[in-house]
Amino acid sequence: MSTAIDTPPVTAEEVTAQGKARAKRGETLTGWAFAAPFAVLFVLFLVVPAVYGLYLSFTGETLTGAGSGLVGFANYGEALRDPDMWKSLGNTLWFTVLSTVPLIVLSLALALLVNLGLPGRWLWRLSFFLPYLLASTVVVMFWSWMYNPTLGLINGVLAKFGAAPVAWLQDPKVAMVSVVITTLWWTIGFNFLLYLAALQNIPEQQFEAAAIDGAGKWRQLFSIVIPQLTPTTALLVTLQVLASLKVFDQIYMLTNGGPAGKTRSIVEYIYESGFTGYRFGFSSAISYLFFVLIVLVALAQYKIINRRSAA
Amino acid sequence: MSTYTLSRSGRGMKQTHKPGENPWSVSRMAALLVLAVLAATWLVPFAWSVLTSLKSEADAGASAITLNPPDGFSFDAYRKVLSAGDIPTWAWNSLLTSVAITVITVATSALAGYAFSRINFKGKRWLYAAIIAAIIIPPQLLIVPLFRQMLAFNLVDTYWGIILPQSFAPAMVLILKRFFDQIPVELEDAARVDGAGRLRVFWSVVLPLSRPILAAVAIFVFIGAWNNFLWPFIVTTDAHLMTLPVGLQTVKSAYGLQYAQNMASAILAALPLVVVFLFFQRQIIKGIATTGFGGQ
Repeated sequence: MSTAIDTPPVTAEEVTAQGKARAKRGETLTGWAFAAPFAVLFVLFLVVPAVYGLYLSFTGETLTGAGSGLVGFANYGEALRDPDMWKSLGNTLWFTVLSTVPLIVLSLALALLVNLGLPGRWLWRLSFFLPYLLASTVVVMFWSWMYNPTLGLINGVLAKFGAAPVAWLQDPKVAMVSVVITTLWWTIGFNFLLYLAALQNIPEQQFEAAAIDGAGKWRQLFSIVIPQLTPTTALLVTLQVLASLKVFDQIYMLTNGGPAGKTRSIVEYIYESGFTGYRFGFSSAISYLFFVLIVLVALAQYKIINRRSAA
Repeated sequence: MSTYTLSRSGRGMKQTHKPGENPWSVSRMAALLVLAVLAATWLVPFAWSVLTSLKSEADAGASAITLNPPDGFSFDAYRKVLSAGDIPTWAWNSLLTSVAITVITVATSALAGYAFSRINFKGKRWLYAAIIAAIIIPPQLLIVPLFRQMLAFNLVDTYWGIILPQSFAPAMVLILKRFFDQIPVELEDAARVDGAGRLRVFWSVVLPLSRPILAAVAIFVFIGAWNNFLWPFIVTTDAHLMTLPVGLQTVKSAYGLQYAQNMASAILAALPLVVVFLFFQRQIIKGIATTGFGGQ
């Protein structure tokens, strides 16, 4: 007995159509099965808090629940009139400018120097990259000690040269610069490494051709190397600006935002209003205002980069 | 130092200097000097902290620059910190949570990346767009709602509370998807003709080909998890559950004027990753370079 006789006749077209539909359903099931573990975490710990935070920003929610309930745009209005919010935002932008420029320029210079192929390459790479592997807490412990007004190494060296001690973390004029120096020391290794990797991808023939044309080392640097690195630079600037805008750890632990709020960053302000002042609604409203700013910055950078590459 | 030893240690790198070029030229020596000064500057905070940690408390708190302290050097500060403090507990917590975060992130990212690369499923484009949009959301902005959520889930002061919100990485999904895109489909088709299911193909054909990129992602995620401060700081109040960065932050002020012990605990906390780095320098550097752009 063969199945061909028992089953009702079906056309070849029907078979493929049914099969295709079944295959499609099967693909959807398999696809979601593969994506599900990630998607569940993604929804639970990113989408849900993002939506919940937006809701919170329209409530008067506090730790005790007092004054909760919808308050419309009151939190946003208060945040926009809050001088501390503007001050923190200003500090954050200032930190971003102060940190991004040297973190790009100096990391490029370091990568170019190391890429010359001088003796001891692994040692140079190790020295500049090692701090990137440290936790912020360890970085801050090292640098609080370096900056210590009476016992720190920096003031100790200054004293040997007869210079007056500097209150690195307490002087309102100096504190932000100290935070930037620490940040530079800590994170330059990342940019340095990516520049170094990009430098090694520049084809050797380009240099040979340029050398035959009589271009000197400095000419080669500005007419071949730096233009070739433009995509890397664009990406690093984008990443660096977004990373600097989010600064929290080293400021919170080095200066706790002081002196007199001179170094308090916006993320620190969000943390303080949420976890010290327990004003969850207000804190969420600032988060969302800041998120809008981040989106605008990202869009602006995207536009600039695209226009550059189109030109 | 001969150039021969150099080219040997610089395996896989460009030649140290071009033939016909004088390796001892004045400009190269000048560059070397600049590099040496910069590198020394970068190593000073390490060296100074190690030096302080080896002094007695009396010497460490006595004057700024003493290279030969009256009490000499010893490991006393380390002994005190290790016997009295919570550092071993925190190190264990850091290791446990970082390993869990790395394993879950790599597994979920690889599975999702494969689905995006190879399988045509309904809703794929929506999910993909959501992931790309999510890359721009800084996790720092979600601390308040996420903390309330963890309270509701009863996950505050638990390992899972530390682990779960850090166990997914949209950027890593994209990196792995891009890698899987480059693997020829024919390799999988051969196995599928033999009747192997998707999961089987993924496990026995795709994953073995992806070892280097998986290692790179794992390294990147592990370093980030080991060093993360803000989230573990918010979600743990119990000293027995703190990770190293959080725990150290709480005692940093408690040590007060005990500078040697303060520095000894910082060095102890830094040591594990530094040692791991010295052993796997090449892999780690390659891993950061390949995942870095998508990963920050």
